[in-house]
Amino acid sequence: MKVVYKAIWDLPVEELFASGHRACAGCGPAIAMRWITKTAGPNTIVVNATGCMEVTTTQYPETAWMVPYLHVAFENAAAAASGVDSAIRVTSKKGLWRSGKTNVIVIAGDGGTYDIGLQSLSGMLERGHHVLYILYDNEAYMNTGIQRSGGTPRYAWTTTTPVGRAIRGKIQAKKDIMGIVMAHRVPYAATASISNIIDMSNKIKTALEYTEEGPTFLHIIAPCPPGWRFPEERTVEAARLAVETGYFPLYEYDHGKIRLNPPTSNMVADPKRRKPLREFLKFQGRFAHLTDAEIGELEKEVVANLEYLAKLASL
Amino acid sequence: MTAAAAIQKAKAALALTSNYAVAYAVKAADVDVVAVYPITPQTTIVEKIAEFVDDGELNADLIHVESEHSAMSAVVGAAAAGARVFTATSSQGLELMHEVLHIASGLRLPVVMAVPARAISAPISIHGDYSDVMNTRDTGWITYIASSAQEVYDTVIQAYKVAETALLPVMVSYDGFLMSHTTEPVELNDEEAVRRFLPRRERPNVLRPEKPITMGAFAMPDWYYEIKYQVQEALASSLKTIEEVDAEYGKAFGRSYGIIQTYRMEDADYAVIAYGGAAFGNAREAVDVARERGIRAGAIRLRVWRPFPADRLLKQLAGVKAFAVIDRAIAFGSPGGGPAFIDVATALYMGGMDVPGLSVIHGIGQRSMYVEDFVKIFEMLKDGERNKVVYMGLRL
Amino acid sequence: MSLPKVHEIPIGGIITEPGSSRRNLTGGWRSLKPIIHDDRCIRCRICWMYCPEGTIKETKGEFVVKGRKYQYKYEIDYNYCKGCGICAHECPTKAIEMVPEA
Repeated sequence: MKVVYKAIWDLPVEELFASGHRACAGCGPAIAMRWITKTAGPNTIVVNATGCMEVTTTQYPETAWMVPYLHVAFENAAAAASGVDSAIRVTSKKGLWRSGKTNVIVIAGDGGTYDIGLQSLSGMLERGHHVLYILYDNEAYMNTGIQRSGGTPRYAWTTTTPVGRAIRGKIQAKKDIMGIVMAHRVPYAATASISNIIDMSNKIKTALEYTEEGPTFLHIIAPCPPGWRFPEERTVEAARLAVETGYFPLYEYDHGKIRLNPPTSNMVADPKRRKPLREFLKFQGRFAHLTDAEIGELEKEVVANLEYLAKLASL
Repeated sequence: MTAAAAIQKAKAALALTSNYAVAYAVKAADVDVVAVYPITPQTTIVEKIAEFVDDGELNADLIHVESEHSAMSAVVGAAAAGARVFTATSSQGLELMHEVLHIASGLRLPVVMAVPARAISAPISIHGDYSDVMNTRDTGWITYIASSAQEVYDTVIQAYKVAETALLPVMVSYDGFLMSHTTEPVELNDEEAVRRFLPRRERPNVLRPEKPITMGAFAMPDWYYEIKYQVQEALASSLKTIEEVDAEYGKAFGRSYGIIQTYRMEDADYAVIAYGGAAFGNAREAVDVARERGIRAGAIRLRVWRPFPADRLLKQLAGVKAFAVIDRAIAFGSPGGGPAFIDVATALYMGGMDVPGLSVIHGIGQRSMYVEDFVKIFEMLKDGERNKVVYMGLRL
Repeated sequence: MSLPKVHEIPIGGIITEPGSSRRNLTGGWRSLKPIIHDDRCIRCRICWMYCPEGTIKETKGEFVVKGRKYQYKYEIDYNYCKGCGICAHECPTKAIEMVPEA
């Protein structure tokens, strides 16, 4: 990645995501929104899919957005952004676009990306639009009250995968959205966490720069206190543990090469540096019902996934 | 006209299908972004546009979307960013993009779309009827139904001016297959003149980093009503804009059509109301035949279907003994009759006029409509058939 | 206060004032309130970085704390702070204390 911000003191100060929005106290995605807008800057158009961030930030006539913003529907943010990108390119050629090099960023949740928005995302990636697609992943349809999505992990409690006598939480594993995006051979895709703001901001800058060549993608883990069932002061801690236990590896797909970022690279080199998955799972109410055997199963999956990524990185 | 003028006129005309006429109009209008997705019977529109772009004759970006829902979404996004846009679809595609139609009008974006009308599944049919267009009734789109390839060409150009003035999306529909794939002579305008007719205009609902706005906000009960009422009001007052643009177009290019078209209505006792090329063409011929048989027949064509031109229609029906509406769509479970018939009946009711009528359903799934069928309708009206729904051409 | 009529609002439901959410004082949501103990603050910027509301303001100046000179001070905008406690939880010196809202 391009290291634009070396330390916390390099981070941009100007707020482009205003206070007064109606996200929950301790909202992980809201932290992501602040940093996306700060690093992208004012010459940016945001196309947002329906979801937590859209509904809590644009309750008429209040808007938290200080950049031009478009919301169309749930499944078509990528398609609408494709239109915005085309419009800017053509009207620039015709001398009608007077704002210079404007960033076009899609911001969508896991519901709007893994599930209903997958088709339009794929189309946008295949067509090569100059758009950065940012997925803020709170691992369920949180806006409608915590229903499972394709991004919900195995065994998690949600209102549509409740922990009952016969079935205990979600049966299926979390979809590999990065794998799907990488299959489109985009110039750049990366995972990031709201616990590692400097890493995330550098990745946003890098991804924006690469939109010169084509579509780029960021997958940001953004924990949700009411949805994951933990006290709201532990949001950043949840994201940090997700990374430190290997549950959410940090890596980049840069022009065909995979590169693991610290601390993921460190735990692959030395497995003793990976925290036990239990530390991430046990303080969240959505996993409170897990037996040791089930935790063991999930831990095996985490280790296997890290090995898989390490092998890909060696290619 | 003189021989020289006639030769000049012939040279400027091409033999085009209505689909190709759309493509030529889009080229003349200096469109910026076109969303392309194929569906019968619209496909040759986007194929022709692709040819123009790839030959360097049209300076536009083609977005080869992966579905019609994305087609409308992409042109909504492009229009939001200030571009002049176009897309086309029919039937299943129009149904798939349905939610975005409401969004386009709600956001007041000047999207223009051509719809060669095709029957809706199930069973699947690729053939023409107006069930797809009729299903967009309440979406807040200005909707034209054209009856000739020339009118299609002219109306698509007019549509841009109407859309960009009223700030509402505009649909130009016409017969699937019967017009989309049949060839007629079309006089083309000088493209520079078309560009002068369609100057670029500023509007408040556009995404600009210098003036950041939020489009597509979440409106609670305190706000939703007013915002939607604005669309209703804009649609109603757009009738005036439609008329003005049509008149201006007539001055600039020599052709205009009005909002409704009438044939021998001056002294008609019985009127048949129809829309589209095949139905109105048959209606006119049937009027002549009926007149020869002593029936004072007349025909009215609805060129603009939304906003519904109630006043103009009621003026025509004022002196009439009875009327029939030919609908090429079934309004399932309706209180009585096809979709346009319901519109006419309501217009009469709201206008305090008591003129009896007959709802005729014909041409469903491109079932052949014969002139003799339409003559029979005049005879039925003369014989006192009233207040019922007649399914013509059906093997009951 | 009466709400605007049909003709008094912009078309298409557009919101023309960027950041108009600032009219909504979310400070009323909280039941716990963060207090920054300036004498324990080492100006690491972490609280400012993580606040989901962006309510922590960084002010420049000359500040002397426990014999050390700093060029910044951090203050919470209580108009908007929802009392989530992330700042207190992440502060490396435990300089922020969550106290019950009076």
